[in-house]
Amino acid sequence: MTVGTAQLSWLPDVPADFTRRLKELDPAAPDFGTALQRLATARLNINQATSLGRRIEAQLSNGGKLNPFPSLKLAVLSNGTITLAAGAIQAAALRHGVATQVRCVEYELATNVALSGEPEMGAFAPDLVLLAFDYRGLPFDRMRAGEPAKPVVEEVIGHLRMLRDGIKRNFGVPVVFQTLATPPASLFGNFDVRLGGTWRSVISAVNAAIVELVEEGGYLLDVAGLVERVGSENWFDEPQWLAHKVSFQLDMAPAYADYVGRLVGAVRGRSRKCLVLDLDNTLWGGAIGDEGLSGIVLGQGSADGEAFLAVQRMALALRERGVALAVCSKNDDANARQPFRSHPDMLLKEEHISVFQANWVDKATNLEAIAKTLNIGLDALVFLDDNPAERGQVRMALPMVAIPEVGTDPSTYAWTIQAAGYFDAVSFSAEDKQRADQYAAEVQRVAVMSQARDLGDYLSELAMVIHFAPFDPIGRSRIAQLINKSNQFNLTSRRYTEAQVAAFEGDTAAYTMQVRLRDRFGDSGMIGVIVARPAEHAGEPAFDIDTWLMSCRVLGRKVEAAMLSELAQAARAGGARWLIGRYVPTAKNGMVREHYAKLGFTLVEELPSGECIWQLDLSAFSAEDLPMVVERVTKAAA
Amino acid sequence: MSETDIIARMLPVFQEVFDDDTLVITASTTSEDVEDWDSLSNVRLIIAIERAFGVRIKASEVAQLSDVGSLADLVAQKLAAGAGA
Repeated sequence: MTVGTAQLSWLPDVPADFTRRLKELDPAAPDFGTALQRLATARLNINQATSLGRRIEAQLSNGGKLNPFPSLKLAVLSNGTITLAAGAIQAAALRHGVATQVRCVEYELATNVALSGEPEMGAFAPDLVLLAFDYRGLPFDRMRAGEPAKPVVEEVIGHLRMLRDGIKRNFGVPVVFQTLATPPASLFGNFDVRLGGTWRSVISAVNAAIVELVEEGGYLLDVAGLVERVGSENWFDEPQWLAHKVSFQLDMAPAYADYVGRLVGAVRGRSRKCLVLDLDNTLWGGAIGDEGLSGIVLGQGSADGEAFLAVQRMALALRERGVALAVCSKNDDANARQPFRSHPDMLLKEEHISVFQANWVDKATNLEAIAKTLNIGLDALVFLDDNPAERGQVRMALPMVAIPEVGTDPSTYAWTIQAAGYFDAVSFSAEDKQRADQYAAEVQRVAVMSQARDLGDYLSELAMVIHFAPFDPIGRSRIAQLINKSNQFNLTSRRYTEAQVAAFEGDTAAYTMQVRLRDRFGDSGMIGVIVARPAEHAGEPAFDIDTWLMSCRVLGRKVEAAMLSELAQAARAGGARWLIGRYVPTAKNGMVREHYAKLGFTLVEELPSGECIWQLDLSAFSAEDLPMVVERVTKAAA
Repeated sequence: MSETDIIARMLPVFQEVFDDDTLVITASTTSEDVEDWDSLSNVRLIIAIERAFGVRIKASEVAQLSDVGSLADLVAQKLAAGAGA
């Protein structure tokens, strides 16, 4: 499967304790609305959505509010049992930023209410009326195979116009029309579409006429487009229809409701305005800081390279329709801009990016800076990032930012963003086209304070497990790869061949460490390496750190502290009093200049070459508490 | 699967559909005993049961049901027929 609209595949999983969390929300709490929205953002099934809808309804029908969301009252008229989807519609509307009350009127009564009004609906005073009629609720009875579509189209459109006029007269509000899904019924097979009076040809003509009808006023819910995505055989469920008059398979209710929610969001001006892009493995393959311009994967000739092009093409198309683009990436600014300036396959250029945040500060802080610079709300941002841990961290800190769940395959990214309905519109004007340019005339970079945010809770929720082992044959080639390719988080940048790495395995004098990390989002694999050797310092035994490197993907997760704690323990066991560390500056490893200082080492000396030598007194060192479980393989056991 | 086993497997489905994780059901439980069990939520219930057990229940069969026990028996019948087929 690539993208699953039927399953709303871009939404995060429902928390295991959803029922309890929902129950514990306090309607009197000031953050009730945002807490409810947070739950609404998960991939709820119809029953969970119904429970959540009930809480929304209870709050709003008591005259309460769901701050900070604007409210809307939606009447739904249907020839089917649409009440079953009412809660799902409310949940979806809240997901898209609108606190919505829903009243459903079903079967024959629906037409009566439209035409004659009804006191109860009048008292509800809807803001919007959705005409949720499928082909079974409209006058198709004169349709005959082989006869022209025109009279049938005129009759159906005449009926819809009559309903619309009645609603205008009785309630004075706009209507939402639906395009019609074509039932999977066929008389002539391939020939159906060529012959007047078949479902294929008549519904296609009716839908074209409905699109014209909306030009007279109102809104359009493109149910036909939704059913094209999910398939009419999955959409229509004849047993359910005959048994319960449910117009579509109930499992499709969350997808249908999301379509309604997007539209309601767009009507209330809640559509998103800016797409924020991560860089490494989102816009190109590989890490620019490590692989360099010639090493990243982008462009024709490889599946991934073409997939990343498609992501860029999608971003550019969105920009042309008025969605601002921004960058938020853990990288050095100069490295990050290099592909935009000099890579021949890059479609995105610096001038397309309104705010460019490449630094080592946490992404939530940078997203706040982006929203502030563009003068839009955080709830106007969509953030595309391939790294599940980053997504989880931002989601926890800034739940109002929309963050699609994407897998590791970049070929799904472009369609996922486009399927999720973040940028739904109810109109498009010449000014819209210019809007992305208006956000920023030049590429901006905003200074952000590091460590702006307490990540303690987040780190413990990650349920990290760190795994230490000495070098071994299984890890050998990955160790060699890290030693030769890591440029940024690499203290000495000493390179060793695979044969040299193999030699370390049997070298009883050398202390070696390979580090793996996994968490509830998945396994990051091997992410760190240390090589140290016994030495002497100030006349006492010491461990001299020859190599210390780490993958930048796990920055900010206390992995350095855990590695130090492990190394200190081994050094002490080896009788050492001191740890000696070196920082050898290169063009790319500026980010670890203060690495040893941050870990509590003191500077011994700085050589004329810029190399700095640091010491840590193990007799005074105590390891900090780590938000992770430690697993360990010792050399003797290995 | 016995009626008791099926009722035990049905419990979480009932709890989710009726949004009540303290709900308890027995063979003699009827719609009178459960708040919110009306004709509408019954549709969600039947569809959720269908999903949970991988069976299909016809409208005419729904009309014959009197309590949780008869629903469990119907599911048991369908499972047995499915296993034999």
